[in-house]
Amino acid sequence: MNDENISAPRTMPIQSATFSQDTNAEIRRAAATGIYDIRGGGAKRKVPHFDDLLFLGASISRYPLEGYREACDTSVTLGTRFAKNPIQLDIPITIAGMSFGALSGAAKEALGRGATLAGTSTTTGDGGMTPEERGHSEKLVYQYLPSRYGMNPDDLRRADAIEIVVGQGAKPGGGGMLLGQKITDRVAGMRNLPKGIDQRSACRHPDWTGPDDLEIKILELREITGWKVPIYIKVGGSRPYFDTTLAVKAGADVVVLDGMQGGTAATQDVFIENVGMPILACIREAVRALEDLGMHREVQLIVSGGVRTGADVAICMALGADAVSIGTAALIALGDNDPKWEAEYQKLGTTAGAYDDWHEGNDPAGISTQNPELSARLDPVEGGRRLRNYLKVMTLEAQTIARACGKNKLHNLEPEDLCALTMEAAAMAKVPLAGTDWWPGKPGTAF
Amino acid sequence: MQTIDMETTALRDLNATLQAQAETTNQTTWEITNPKGSHAIAVGLDAPIDVTVKGSTGYYCAGMNKQATITVDGSAGPGVAENMMSGKVVITGDASQYAGATGNGGTLVIKGNASSRCGISMKGIDIIVHGNVGHMSAFMAQSGNLVVCGDAGDALGDSIYEARLFVRGSVKSLGADCIEKEMRPEHLTLLTDLLERGGCDAKPEEFKRYGSARELYHFKIDNAY
Repeated sequence: MNDENISAPRTMPIQSATFSQDTNAEIRRAAATGIYDIRGGGAKRKVPHFDDLLFLGASISRYPLEGYREACDTSVTLGTRFAKNPIQLDIPITIAGMSFGALSGAAKEALGRGATLAGTSTTTGDGGMTPEERGHSEKLVYQYLPSRYGMNPDDLRRADAIEIVVGQGAKPGGGGMLLGQKITDRVAGMRNLPKGIDQRSACRHPDWTGPDDLEIKILELREITGWKVPIYIKVGGSRPYFDTTLAVKAGADVVVLDGMQGGTAATQDVFIENVGMPILACIREAVRALEDLGMHREVQLIVSGGVRTGADVAICMALGADAVSIGTAALIALGDNDPKWEAEYQKLGTTAGAYDDWHEGNDPAGISTQNPELSARLDPVEGGRRLRNYLKVMTLEAQTIARACGKNKLHNLEPEDLCALTMEAAAMAKVPLAGTDWWPGKPGTAF
Repeated sequence: MQTIDMETTALRDLNATLQAQAETTNQTTWEITNPKGSHAIAVGLDAPIDVTVKGSTGYYCAGMNKQATITVDGSAGPGVAENMMSGKVVITGDASQYAGATGNGGTLVIKGNASSRCGISMKGIDIIVHGNVGHMSAFMAQSGNLVVCGDAGDALGDSIYEARLFVRGSVKSLGADCIEKEMRPEHLTLLTDLLERGGCDAKPEEFKRYGSARELYHFKIDNAY
């Protein structure tokens, strides 16, 4: 037998976990272009999340409610602290702020229609309020952003609540960018900028800098709106205890807390993946701040960033939130990243589920675009119906879990109903590791 | 003339009264006494009335003004006339930071000096400052006109879009993408009108014009320094 016929044992080719194929591809892309990657969406890396928690359900020591017979209240009132007209919602799932500009007019209309059918609120975004959005949204939250694009006192008074945006989970400490291809005549007109230029949004508000100023800014907004509507403060998940404390001290009616999985229309990938905390790590700290101030349930807490299912909603309620907010999930419900457009995703060099170049305006699903041909693919009436259905399913799911835990109101869920599958999730949620009565950092226990 | 004394009238009542004035009101002249640096005085007005504040004001006086003519007979705190839509605001003394921030329209006249970030993110407002302006004035200024009869501080017009800046005195430094531009006849005509509206007797020919080099209008790596 000659040597050629001997198959000698050899080491298998081993890919580096550190220099993985996608890491290397990004190094090559950076070397070729000299430009960092900009994309939409939220963090894609795996982080401790709601999937790492489980509900315990009822047993001998807990009494469950009958799933199809006994009521489980899902309503919530937001803005009870100072506003004359708090917002009453049928379900504790709201639609997050997304701009006309980043999204098409039809997509914004669909969000308004779906939210209204489901008995909840939707939110404007950077770029102002459009008549379609106002017209189709029974309850509309008006975002007050650093750029103040399209901001005017008439729209402010047309809003059902005002959300002062200090930051967002995808990019705490960052501003925004809307690339020129999405700046059509209408978008440019609303933002008072030339058509077709890349539009930057500042990372800080132009006329206040710290919590003491913010308190006075809130006073001004309340004076202009006659103390009628609630004022929310939205922050990205970075220092939830202190941010919540300062927001309450500044006079907020509602604190909106957005984790790193929360989406953005466009920013640097390095920002999205490396700055901010997962929402799971934020909720209990924000609740602790509210409790320390004696304001839990007096100032309402809305959390967002990776909420997808009724189980996620129920977990947020159990951890102490009053409501959740969804953005990316709502876009998926409308048709974003649907495999039916796979051939077109392939042409864009991506695949359904991974498409995140929302800033380029070529969305095959017609949602994150200003191209009339593409945006015509989204029927706002049908989109609204789909969103309503999705919100209804989430609500039914959350009710199913709450009843199983013996709760006749979603907000009666509590940390005691939960256990964690990992040490990390146990530490962040401050609930016991499954099968134990302990979590890292539990008072009175050693680590 | 109607007089509201802030010694005896709460801020809420003051603003509610002024905000309730209709387009056709015959109570067109108002005087506010004893402001004592209060915040958010005369905000959100929307009627063609004349309001004079007798004394200095705190933050956001005349914020989001529409139609009204508001005079502060004293100095104004941060954010005076922020996001003004129309009308006129006159400060007889000095103005603190962010004067006229994000203003969409109307005219803001500051007879003294303005502090830093005057006209930040302005979106169509005209601002005439008789004295000097501080650093970072007209930062990210989108449109409208800023006239400075004195000197400008550091980083004037940083990241500016299409606003026009006119400065008579020195400019300590220009911000990113802000350059001196040719003063053409149409600019002199515009400036003549602005100076007249600002009650300023400076000569248009004494000013230099600054604006955007438009190099930041399209994202490229060389801009990301």
